[in-house]
Amino acid sequence: MAIPAIGSNSALGGAGVSAPNTSARVRFLRTLFSSKKATAGLVIILVISFVAAFPGLLTHDDPNAAIYGIEQGPSLQHLLGTTLVGQDVFCQLIYGTRLTLVIVVVVSVIATLLSMIIGITAAYLGGLADRGLSLLTDIFLIIPTLPLLIVLAFYLPSGASTMILVLCLTSWAFQARQLRSQGLSLRSRDFLASARVRGERPLYIILVEIVPTMTSLLAASFLGVAVYVVGFAAGLQFLGLGNSSELTWGTLLYQAQANDALVSGNVWWELSPGLAVALLGAGFALLNYAFDEIGNPALRPARRRRDRSAS
Amino acid sequence: MTYLRRRLGLFLVTLWAALTINFALPRLMPGNEAQAVLATLHGVNPAALHALEIEFGVNVHQNIILTYLQYLGNCFTGQLGVDHYGIPVVTALLQALPWTLGLVGIATVLAFLIGTLVGILTAWRRGGRMDAFLPPLLFIVSSFPIFFMGLVLILIFGVMLNWLPIGGNYSLDATPSLSLPFIGDVITHAILPGATLVVVTAGLWIFSMRNNMITTLAEDYVKMGRAKGLAPWRIMLDYAARNAILPNLTGFAMQLGFVLGGAILVEYTFSYPGLGYLFYTSTTLHDLPMMQGLFLFYTMAVLVCVLAADLVTALVDPRTRDA
Repeated sequence: MAIPAIGSNSALGGAGVSAPNTSARVRFLRTLFSSKKATAGLVIILVISFVAAFPGLLTHDDPNAAIYGIEQGPSLQHLLGTTLVGQDVFCQLIYGTRLTLVIVVVVSVIATLLSMIIGITAAYLGGLADRGLSLLTDIFLIIPTLPLLIVLAFYLPSGASTMILVLCLTSWAFQARQLRSQGLSLRSRDFLASARVRGERPLYIILVEIVPTMTSLLAASFLGVAVYVVGFAAGLQFLGLGNSSELTWGTLLYQAQANDALVSGNVWWELSPGLAVALLGAGFALLNYAFDEIGNPALRPARRRRDRSAS
Repeated sequence: MTYLRRRLGLFLVTLWAALTINFALPRLMPGNEAQAVLATLHGVNPAALHALEIEFGVNVHQNIILTYLQYLGNCFTGQLGVDHYGIPVVTALLQALPWTLGLVGIATVLAFLIGTLVGILTAWRRGGRMDAFLPPLLFIVSSFPIFFMGLVLILIFGVMLNWLPIGGNYSLDATPSLSLPFIGDVITHAILPGATLVVVTAGLWIFSMRNNMITTLAEDYVKMGRAKGLAPWRIMLDYAARNAILPNLTGFAMQLGFVLGGAILVEYTFSYPGLGYLFYTSTTLHDLPMMQGLFLFYTMAVLVCVLAADLVTALVDPRTRDA
């Protein structure tokens, strides 16, 4: 379960507002890739994406075929052992990657877009629209997420689409508030005033004038949402609110937990999907951490600052 | 006072939103599962049964607006119906509450104290040995799913070393009493779930406290303190930390929702019979009244804490009063 850091992303203003010119972007990317944390995070995400795209290259088994010995320990044939009904755990883990990653990425993209629309619209329109949208944001921030997710997921038919729907509904609010305060600081800028004088519609101004200035902030929002969603999706499925016939790391965990895998000695059945979820979460978190350091240079490791002043 | 009035307004609107979600969801559900669930309740107090019929829209032949108003009235008088076993939801909730309150309360306070202290020290000794590995390590740990941390602790301390119990709130053969052995038994059972919560949430406080401290340490009044030749610990605690901790105090209440959510998963992982475990069993038993009652209760708990934090902030920080 991911818990957002309070200070996270709040200081990204500096990186976010730079006008979209190429040299600033190149400098931003260079700083990003010179960070060890960012590189580690990126490698993790890329490896997991590769597994999600080409599971057949890594294993030749059928993930659902219950044809092996029951609850065998790890061996060369079954790297992570077998389940209670004789499925290969390693193979299930590999084939479960795709749906796990798809849920996380789809939810993060939609939730970021939602937070962008709601946050920036509130900031740009101001007045009654801002009051209404901010109230909606505050309500969703206060209602505890996991209890709401449990109730929603319970009433809807179980499956990946429900998972995506309920997670989208519950993960936009934090970033919407960040984007709103960023939008507020932009409202009095000259380029927006000139667009208004030209008589552009609000939708045009928001999409064409404001959004491009926030690309790196939106990327950071995406990462922030992703860290949450990894934990919440796995948590919901771990509680048995996913669809067990769909192979994801969360449903694997649920099956292992329901069969007391840890206590009965079939440790890797339960530990390996847990480890995979933790790795995916850590990958997004590392990238997010690196983004934060770029946005707020005061947070960068002290050593590197000294290097720069010497050179 | 407009600040507090506005926050009180938010309190009421959010409560209303949670009540409305509870009213609307069963009606959107495909098929009439609520009818099936209520049909299993026999020999239940008629008033409680009627309250449930209103909540779930079973056997109600009247205007939906009238039903909605009746439902709101029932919620305000604490009539949340009965659970799967025919026990009033509120009674069952209050039975599980002390276990969650004890576990989550102590773990949260510990995590806050440890996290804030480590945050202060790592920011003060910027680039030191502790700063080099603790914040990144704990940041990664706090991004782990909370139940994974629980599983790792179960494996190490429960299964491999066999030092600590890995499930329940006290031993099956123990009789609840206020004796020392029983209290010891309760504490041993709480160590692993409590440690899971502390390890995962402490990282969060370290991270935000360190960031706040770094910003505060650059302020002029800190330089002034150094120029006056004050003792370093006084600058660290009285000048920097005291100001840096303000955002964390308000964050404390906002984070409660996440901590409570994490506690649901921890209680499930450790079969710890608090509110979170009750939440899990209510979904497996299709105990709709219990599940909705719990959702309402969790929302109320967070709302009350947020309001309390607002009050404290208004008292401590005069700037918020006229904001």
